[in-house]
Amino acid sequence: MPRYLLSIYQPDGPAPEPEVLNKIMADLDVLNQEMRDAGAWVFTGGLHPASTSTVVRVNDGEVLTTDGPFAEAKEHVGGLWVIEAPDLDVALGWGRKAAQATTLPIEVRPFAGYRE
Amino acid sequence: MIHISEIGQIFREEYGRSVAVLVRVLGSIDAAEDAVQDAFTEAVARWPDAGLPPSPAGWIITTARNRAIDRLRREASGREKLAQVAVLRGDEPGDEPEGIEVDTVEDNQLRLIFTCCHPALNRAAQVALTLKLLGGLSTAEIAHAFLVPEPTMGQRLVRAKGKIRDARIPYRVPSGAELPERLKSVLAVVYLVFNEGYAASSGAGLVREDLCREAVRLGRLIMELMPDEPEAKGLLALMLLLNARRAARTTPDGGLVLLADQDRSLWDRDQIAEGQLLVRQCLKRNQPGPYQLQAAINAVHSDAAQPADTDWRQILVLYGQLLAIEPTPVVALNRAVALAEVEGPAAGLAAVDVLELGSYYLFHAVRADLLRRLGRNKEAVAAYRAAQERTNNAAERDFLEGRVRALTTTGRGPAAPTSDDPHGR
Repeated sequence: MPRYLLSIYQPDGPAPEPEVLNKIMADLDVLNQEMRDAGAWVFTGGLHPASTSTVVRVNDGEVLTTDGPFAEAKEHVGGLWVIEAPDLDVALGWGRKAAQATTLPIEVRPFAGYRE
Repeated sequence: MIHISEIGQIFREEYGRSVAVLVRVLGSIDAAEDAVQDAFTEAVARWPDAGLPPSPAGWIITTARNRAIDRLRREASGREKLAQVAVLRGDEPGDEPEGIEVDTVEDNQLRLIFTCCHPALNRAAQVALTLKLLGGLSTAEIAHAFLVPEPTMGQRLVRAKGKIRDARIPYRVPSGAELPERLKSVLAVVYLVFNEGYAASSGAGLVREDLCREAVRLGRLIMELMPDEPEAKGLLALMLLLNARRAARTTPDGGLVLLADQDRSLWDRDQIAEGQLLVRQCLKRNQPGPYQLQAAINAVHSDAAQPADTDWRQILVLYGQLLAIEPTPVVALNRAVALAEVEGPAAGLAAVDVLELGSYYLFHAVRADLLRRLGRNKEAVAAYRAAQERTNNAAERDFLEGRVRALTTTGRGPAAPTSDDPHGR
């Protein structure tokens, strides 16, 4: 079964107010259960803010470690799902539900090597 | 004896149908295109001597399928592909070749249209794919039509087909709840092709006939495939009514002629009759939408033997309905033009001046025309200049230049045109 990555794009900055956040967390629980019941759920997880990221590079055998995320932007990936779906329309259907639950944009991207 | 150019013509006409069926059978757009290309090569070798087969379309599909089997055999590297060959040949009991027998050609054409216009593809890619796969245009022809280098258009097509393959955009007609949004996207692509042909956004020629013809052909196909969709009917009616004026819209040297100044005897009566018939069918259904209303507006224009006979009150009512469905500044601008005809240029100008359309050349062109009719020539010249700066179309720029010259040399303008659209629609 094809697999898709659903990335949550989160603006940098403080987390939402508790009452807003509680609603989001409750909606996410419902969505995750729905994905499991449909057999689509593979993995999900939320991330600490992009400011906690570290990038490691190797140039000519020399290791360079830098503080912060790879790309400078106002939004970063704040969490993700890996799902199974027979085609893009089904994956986009989950993406729409994820966008509604998180109130954030969701990028839907196919994994390579899971075609059949 | 059949000539190669005739064979090419037949393939172009049958390309969309053949590719649509073969995508279903082969599960791959590239493989389908290759197979149809192989069939073309075989036709060029065979038809000149053997003559045209009884059903060229059936011959192309059967031959293309057989060539696809040959290709798979040649390239077969494992059990999987050999199994696919067996399925295609219908070797195994119960393994009827999927697609051809079960579905009609029309089912597959509709699938192909919705795949090409899938919202996960950007608009430029949707347009390019639609013209390539359904219209049978070559990459070079599409590149030429949209004034981009051929390698750029080639890249665009490769990328779009790669996304369909890798992201698995399904080959399917969307179901109930999804359909209205998805159909909107399909109709928008067809209308964009038409408009690019009708009012080329840049370049010397104002009209590119082949794009208009292709858009009308696609519009007709969609209407036939989805007879219960009034907007599909509305779009075809709109394109026919606009296309009917093509011969009258430009001077022999490529200049622009306003609707009010057009020689109405040059209008294509057949296209007008068909467009008006479709508009009447839409009115009967009474499920108005943006394309149907625009078609109705143009049907009113087509009814007038002379510009002075135009029923502007009816047009104003229709624009009011369109504005209610589609409250955009561009629709409001067109409504203001109709208002100027019914209540006078001052009322029209008041309605135009509140619109935030400063970057749109037609906004300035309409303002200029209304100012000229109010005798405010200095302001009119400034507005024509503002319009000129905002269009790349040479014919439109020349037209605006002519207006400026008329105002500055005689001190008074030419006879007031009663056009609702300086485009000359």
